[in-house]
Amino acid sequence: MTLSNEEVARYSRHLIMPEVGMDGQLKLKAASVLCIGAGGLGSPVAMYLAAAGVGRIGIVDFDVVDHSNLQRQVIHTTLDVGRSKLDSARDRLNALNPEVKVETHDVALSSENALDLLAGYDIIVDGTDNFPTRYLVNDACVILGKPNVYGSIFRFEGQASVFATKDGPCYRCLYPEPPPPGLVPSCAEGGVLGILPGVIGTIQATEAVKLIIGVGEPLVNRFMIYDALRMRFRELKLRRDPECPVCGDNPTVTELIDYEQFCGITPALSVAEPAAGVETTVEELKTRLDRADGVFILDVREPQEFQICRIPSSTLIPLGDLPDRLVELEGRDDMVVHCKSGARSAKAVKLLHKAGFVKAKNLRGGILAWIDGVDPSLPKY
Amino acid sequence: MANDVLIPTPLRAYVGKQDVVQVDGETVGELLQNLTAKYSELQNHLYNEDGRLRSFVNVYLNDDDIRYLQKEDTPVAEGDTISIVPSVAGGTGSVATGLSR
Repeated sequence: MTLSNEEVARYSRHLIMPEVGMDGQLKLKAASVLCIGAGGLGSPVAMYLAAAGVGRIGIVDFDVVDHSNLQRQVIHTTLDVGRSKLDSARDRLNALNPEVKVETHDVALSSENALDLLAGYDIIVDGTDNFPTRYLVNDACVILGKPNVYGSIFRFEGQASVFATKDGPCYRCLYPEPPPPGLVPSCAEGGVLGILPGVIGTIQATEAVKLIIGVGEPLVNRFMIYDALRMRFRELKLRRDPECPVCGDNPTVTELIDYEQFCGITPALSVAEPAAGVETTVEELKTRLDRADGVFILDVREPQEFQICRIPSSTLIPLGDLPDRLVELEGRDDMVVHCKSGARSAKAVKLLHKAGFVKAKNLRGGILAWIDGVDPSLPKY
Repeated sequence: MANDVLIPTPLRAYVGKQDVVQVDGETVGELLQNLTAKYSELQNHLYNEDGRLRSFVNVYLNDDDIRYLQKEDTPVAEGDTISIVPSVAGGTGSVATGLSR
């Protein structure tokens, strides 16, 4: 393998550094990396790896570009909204570096396809956003002996490490089990600083390039935590757990399992039907408001969400404050409770029923359903 | 003697939105008990029904995982920092419900 004159010109700032040089650049050209996800983390990872000259880049995704992605998923542009993320990412990477071969995989990663898919690449970069896929990617990487360059982000805080190398720990050594679904942050606590995946994703891309070239000290046996608000990096020590069920001395998990079940996600749980009479619809609410029959609308979202859009005449008490502010609701027996899409308000209605507000009803689909069904002029978020 | 306990973003809602809390304790376990006594909502997030630390919550004394020290009996000295580090699924900042993207 050699570099063309065009490639020498393109990679000259790598070639003149002894740590990369011609040998390193040829290693990059011969290497392949699979990015799981073309979202917040996958965007900088894929773009920097393409720019650096990684010969073959695979991307797994099945999503479509949405307006709400553009605040952080910098591989996609406004013109790409509505396109598949794979098509959008491929165009951007081809434009950035036509020397790089981009392979797109339009699938949801699963226990059935993961081993075949991951086997075709040297290094896996995990940019997913849910626990079942995290554990699936980890286990598949351990089984295949592929390094797993890990990153995750939440609000202003990010984490990064390199798992499943020959001597290092895997994700399960760090966290043997995922949290039960009830304990993961709700959408009231969601959101992310758009730049945060840029910082964590470039750390992941850096580690992938270091692993390929074989320079420096990889982020193995170490866990990096970045706090954007305090602008502080902290490093924690990791160890391979000899009793780890996947990468330990006597592994008990030697093939891929059902990761949704492992993470406690059952179909019955995710589509739990509320009891009859506890819900109302946006159409019913509109009719009642037009009739001015005195219905009280309680919004249990956060103040910053209330600022974006609200149902007329609604009163804001965030779910977290509700137990301490029940006194403000005295006499409001006829009450409709809503949040963004209905989950937080369902909790609120339960709480209200226990507190004696037995006529409180949950607005099905939340303010998003209100916007769709009653007032499309309001902004969606 | 009070030590700094660094609270991760997902748990800050249960400690009055602080990122650092000062707590007393001779051992890591005692210190965490004092922390949950002060902020009762944390109990369910740090401990399971049997009163054991949850397996998706790691506790570090300075930069070391207490699982590889003396677990909750690990003594705490003046100036030590305790970090609570739960697993975080997020990759795009969307709601981590498990299945949604």
